[in-house]
Amino acid sequence: MKVIVNVSLKEGVLDPEGQAIKSSLNNLGFEHCSDVKIGKQIILYLDQNSESEVFIQAKKMCEELLVNTVIENYEINILKD
Amino acid sequence: MRSGVVIFPGSNCDRDMIVAIRQITGKTPIKIWHKENNIPSLDLIVIPGGFTFGDYLRCGALAARSPVIGSIKNHISRGGTVLGVCNGFQILIEAKILPGSLIRNKKLLFTCRETTIEVQSCMKNPFLSGLKIGECLKIPVAHNEGNYFAPKDLLKQLKEEGRIALKYSRQKDYENNYNPNGSIEDIAGILSNNGRVLGMMPHPERAINHLHGGTDGLKLLSNCIEQIIG
Repeated sequence: MKVIVNVSLKEGVLDPEGQAIKSSLNNLGFEHCSDVKIGKQIILYLDQNSESEVFIQAKKMCEELLVNTVIENYEINILKD
Repeated sequence: MRSGVVIFPGSNCDRDMIVAIRQITGKTPIKIWHKENNIPSLDLIVIPGGFTFGDYLRCGALAARSPVIGSIKNHISRGGTVLGVCNGFQILIEAKILPGSLIRNKKLLFTCRETTIEVQSCMKNPFLSGLKIGECLKIPVAHNEGNYFAPKDLLKQLKEEGRIALKYSRQKDYENNYNPNGSIEDIAGILSNNGRVLGMMPHPERAINHLHGGTDGLKLLSNCIEQIIG
């Protein structure tokens, strides 16, 4: 099963990259762009069929390694084949 | 004085740290490969700077899951002393040995230059106890992710427990970039809850010889070793 994990910075954590992109977008004329946040996407392939088991495993992976929960939030999306 | 320097794939300040400790103690620290999970009893373990595992995922994240980390945690639970410098600090944070997070430098630039750090009034620890509170040391930094971040509650807790050990210090009124990375409250180094683990972004091993431009790093490391030997 394919699992997509989206990782984003929590509210209140400085995102200088997002700020730099926002300022470039504003310079290009996209003046309505009031904020930009940068995150990352991690794609996992798990050899398991049970959706609930896949979710448990993916969550464990997020908590143990993939995500720094001090500064990041995450969201797990399971794609069925 | 038995000491060891941990080496991961991508560590690059291990040799400098070994040279610094040898210069002070006359004894060469042992090298500890990251796959070792059974290390001998040591007085001091140093996690040096570098770009372990290419800084993939997050700085220090993969190194913090190496087998050696279990041994380091055992060493700490026995009251052992650990110093983490730069990437070593990032690894200690990722291993949850020290709290908070080290995020991208505020100005998005890799910063490599001398900084002035000030010894804070903090809990008893073997790293700074022989130095005066308010004493300033000139020690260089070289990093891209050294911006210390802690949520409000944690920051409050660190202050109350006296765990903020080192801060970047403004030397002149007009000096605006004394904090090289934008870290919260100018924090440059923090202690564990028992005071036996210090994580710091500046590199003391890069200021141990007059040819380096200063010897304040030697002062910090010598003090640390003297305190450990007692």
